[in-house]
Order: sequence, then structure tokens, then C-alpha cells
Amino acid sequence: MHGMTLAGIARALRDREFSSEELVRHLLERIGRLDGELNAFITVTGEAAVAAARDADARLAGGASGLTGVPIAHKDIFCTAGVKTSCGSRMLDNFVSPYDATVVERLREAGTIMLGKTNMDEFAMGSSNETSYYGPVRNPWDTGRVPGGSSGGSAAAVAARLVPAATGTDTGGSIRQPAALAGITGIKPTYGRVSRYGMIAFASSLDQAGVLTQTAEDAALLLNAMSGHDPRDSTSVDAPVPDYAAGLGESLEGLTVGVVEEFMNEGLDPANAAAIEASLKVLEGLGAKVRRISLPNIGLSVPTYYVVAPAECSSNLSRFDGIRFGYRAESPRDLEDLYKRSRGEGFGAEVKRRIMTGTYVLSAGYYDAYYLKAQRVRQLIAADFRQAFETVDVIVGPTSPTPAFELGAKVDDPVTMYLNDIYTIGVNLAGLPGLSAPCGFVDGLPVGLQIVGRAFDEGRILNVAHRFQQETDWHARAPGGAFA
Amino acid sequence: MKLSRHEVESIAHLARLEISADEIPVYVDNLSRIIDFVQHLDEAATDGVTPMAHPLNMTQPLRPDVVSETDRRELYQQNAAAVESGLYLVPRVLE
Repeated sequence: MHGMTLAGIARALRDREFSSEELVRHLLERIGRLDGELNAFITVTGEAAVAAARDADARLAGGASGLTGVPIAHKDIFCTAGVKTSCGSRMLDNFVSPYDATVVERLREAGTIMLGKTNMDEFAMGSSNETSYYGPVRNPWDTGRVPGGSSGGSAAAVAARLVPAATGTDTGGSIRQPAALAGITGIKPTYGRVSRYGMIAFASSLDQAGVLTQTAEDAALLLNAMSGHDPRDSTSVDAPVPDYAAGLGESLEGLTVGVVEEFMNEGLDPANAAAIEASLKVLEGLGAKVRRISLPNIGLSVPTYYVVAPAECSSNLSRFDGIRFGYRAESPRDLEDLYKRSRGEGFGAEVKRRIMTGTYVLSAGYYDAYYLKAQRVRQLIAADFRQAFETVDVIVGPTSPTPAFELGAKVDDPVTMYLNDIYTIGVNLAGLPGLSAPCGFVDGLPVGLQIVGRAFDEGRILNVAHRFQQETDWHARAPGGAFA
Repeated sequence: MKLSRHEVESIAHLARLEISADEIPVYVDNLSRIIDFVQHLDEAATDGVTPMAHPLNMTQPLRPDVVSETDRRELYQQNAAAVESGLYLVPRVLE
């Protein structure tokens, strides 16, 4: 059962091949047995999951279908009523959310069952899942390596077949990069496509919710349930949501695929580059035309991001004051000591680095030189994408410069760590949808193909990935050994 | 650009973060490297470019000014470290 895709599970539940309760108990047993090694979950909600599965079985007996009884996990950045929501931080270790995020509510209404909350980089700040207060997550392909981040727990759990799908969030690559490093599919929708209500904020002009799954088809099914306008998020876009699953399987004949010259250079691991070139051949075989393009300002996307994201983070995280919720330091001398020690002790090193970077770039005398400058460069980067999409339908290239690296390899050098997201960050700055799909292996480790679309063109990038997955079997490969 | 120890202490104060004395040199080094890195932005010619305010250049919607949420103070205050009679308790501010 555990190797099945979400679509396969939905069909099997409908056809009564097994019950939701049998499936949920089987996956909980696997989590109990295997997650000690991976550390992919912060909280497992076993009892509630079994109860919900029984309820789903009753509804399935009454003819319910769709995602009824399908188990998933939620990244611990999404608020879940009555369940600890830690965001990977000591600051929220004691926080029990009083309400559900819209994403959680919609996926539950669609019939899915939550098995638990997945580990993540603290406040989603990291590319290796090593900044979590709950310890690093390990990659099931090689447990000496990172799964990527920040949605590393979601990626490891899906890759190890502990759960068929998990939610994630992506501010600079936090769905796509771990999907690539764990050999699964992950999509970050267009900014505004999915509600951010109840999703703990990191950088509000960049954050977007998405999913990590085995296949593009599974991602389409979940995105159908998650997407759409939410009056509780003022940046949620009031535009119709197409049926993403219904659009899968369309021919790629006549599709123009852009390949960014700046991404296929010496910074990319040669074996990884070979996997990308081979993938382009697959797309050409499906009728697509490949066109080399340039995004002249894309080289500045990482420095732009590391001004804009910390600036927004320093503002968003000012709400953690030790008073209304979250960690509070012992025996404060006065109010200022309460603020400073609660925040100093409650936040980890990377979060503090980013809050301080953000505070610096927003401070008097530096605002124009850093923040305003970055927002101007961001405009140039977005304009490059707009121009490119006048001549191509999708942009395809690598997701990450290297496969999964060893635990501890980059943890002491923030700037080297930041460069992991060199191919993904521009997409967030421009607000576009992007996904990563498995496209090969380098030294036994998976690598990903990134597919980027025009704003609100999720259906097209999902279809390109789906057609690619019909021609290849990279997405069907799973880690062996204990995880088989 | 190398930030000074004093600058880092002043940033930490603005951000209301307690940083221990032996952590300060680490943050001086880290933040200096991050600021050096983001200074690459100076390479871009941005005269006449409007700073981006929203990734899709959309404007914020308005809604009628009517009450849409119910009072859930008691539930919300369950997450607070110290409350009394519906109020959040903090160390004495006025002598």
C-alpha cells in the first residue's frame, strides 16, 4: 500500500481494495518504525487519524470518492486547531493553534486525513532542514545527507513512502529544492493562488503554499482542493481555478520550452547538467521546441532575495514578544529584558541572523541603499521573466546546483547555503508558479528538473511534468533498504 | 564592508534580541559577509526603475467595514504565559 501514488490510493479506496483505516494504520506503523532514523515528523496525530479514517470509511461506504480517506501530512508551518504548531522553533514549542489554516481546512473538507506535522527549518529559513529546533531531517536516499529545506520533513516523508503527499511552503525554493533532493515532485503555485491564512508568515510578498507528492497528477489533485480565493487573505487572488487534473495528458506538440543560458553554466554540476539535457530531449520527443533564452538580471536574484526576505522577516517576526503566545524567558527584570531574552532564547541562530540582516537593511540611512535598491532590481528580474514568456511557454532547467549534500557541510557559511537556491529564488521574486520533478540520478542521488510557467499557468507546468512522467520512470523510484 | 561590534549590538537592540558577548563576534562576521554579498546589487543600473511593491502588481482589495469575527479571547489567551482577568501580564512598566 505505502508505495502507491495518491491517485492510486484514491482509486483503491473507492474500489474498496482496502479501507482508509487499514491504510492509515499501516502508514502509522511505518512512521513509528522508520521515522526515528529520518526525523521527518515533529508531531504524529495517530489517534485522531485513525478516528478520521473510520469516519472516512463510513462515507466511502455511502459512495463518497475524490480524496476521501487519503492520508497526508502538513508542514508544521500550517496552523492546526488543537494540535501543536511549532514552525520548527523553540519559540512555538508550546503553541497549540486555536484555529486551522485555510489550506488545512480545505484539504480536510476534501476528505484527506492528517497523519501529522512535518519537520522544517526554523520559521522556514534554511535550505537543508538543519536549523530546526527539533534536529535535522535525514534524506532517505542517504541518511548521512540533508533532504533539502525548508520543507525537508515533508520531502523525506513522501520520498520514504511514509505518506503519499505532504503540504509545504516555498519562499525561495523551499518546496522545489527539497523535492529535487529527495527525488519527488513539488509545486509552488503562483503568488496569491493558495491562501496564506494560518500559514505562519516568513516573507509575505514571497511565501506561497504548495504540495510535495510522487507525481504531477497527485499534485494536480491536491492543488484542485487547496486553491482559490480566500477573503481571510487579502493577497489571495479572486480568479477562477481550472481543473488541474482534467487538463493532464494534453499534447506538448508546438510547446516552446525556454532554457535559461545563465542556469546552464559552470555553477551546475556536470552530471546534473547532463540529466537536464537528457530531459530536454524527452520533451523534444514529445513535440516541444527548445529555445535558449537569457534572463540578464537573474544573477542578482540571490542578493535581492537576501535583502527583501530578511526585511519582511524582521517585521513579521516582531510579533513574537513572549507576551501573547510562544516562549517566555524566566524571571524577566523588566519589559525590555522580557522581550530581548524571550526572543534571544526562543529563536535559533539562522533566524536571528535574518532578523538582524532585515533590521539593518531597513534602518535609517540604509533603507534606500539596500531595501529600495533590492525592490528595483526585483522589478528588473520580473521584467526579464515577462519578456522571456513572450517567446516561450514554459522555462525548464535545473532545480538545484548539486544533489543532496552531507549534513553539516554548509552549516557554518550562510552565504554558501544561500546559493543553493540560485535557480529557484527568481521565481518567487517574480511571483510565478514553478515545480520540480525527478529527472535522473547523480551518484545514486536524485536530481530535479524545474519547470516554470507564466502567472496562473499551473495547469500547463503540471501537464508538462505529467507528460514527462509518462515517458520516464524517475518519479517512480523509491529509496531501498529499510524504507522499501 | 565590515560591521563594527557596536553596530551589531545596536542592530540587536533595535530587533530586541539578547545576544551574548561571545556570540557577538560570530554575528559581526556573518552579517558582514551577508552585507558584502548583497552589495552586488550595486552592479545593476536601476535609474528610473519603480521599486516593486507586489509581485503581480496587484492592489489590495477593500471590504465593507463590518464585524466578521467573534470574540475568542479566552481561547486565544490559553497560549499566553501569564494572564489575569482577561489581561496579559508583563513586568511592571510604571513605578
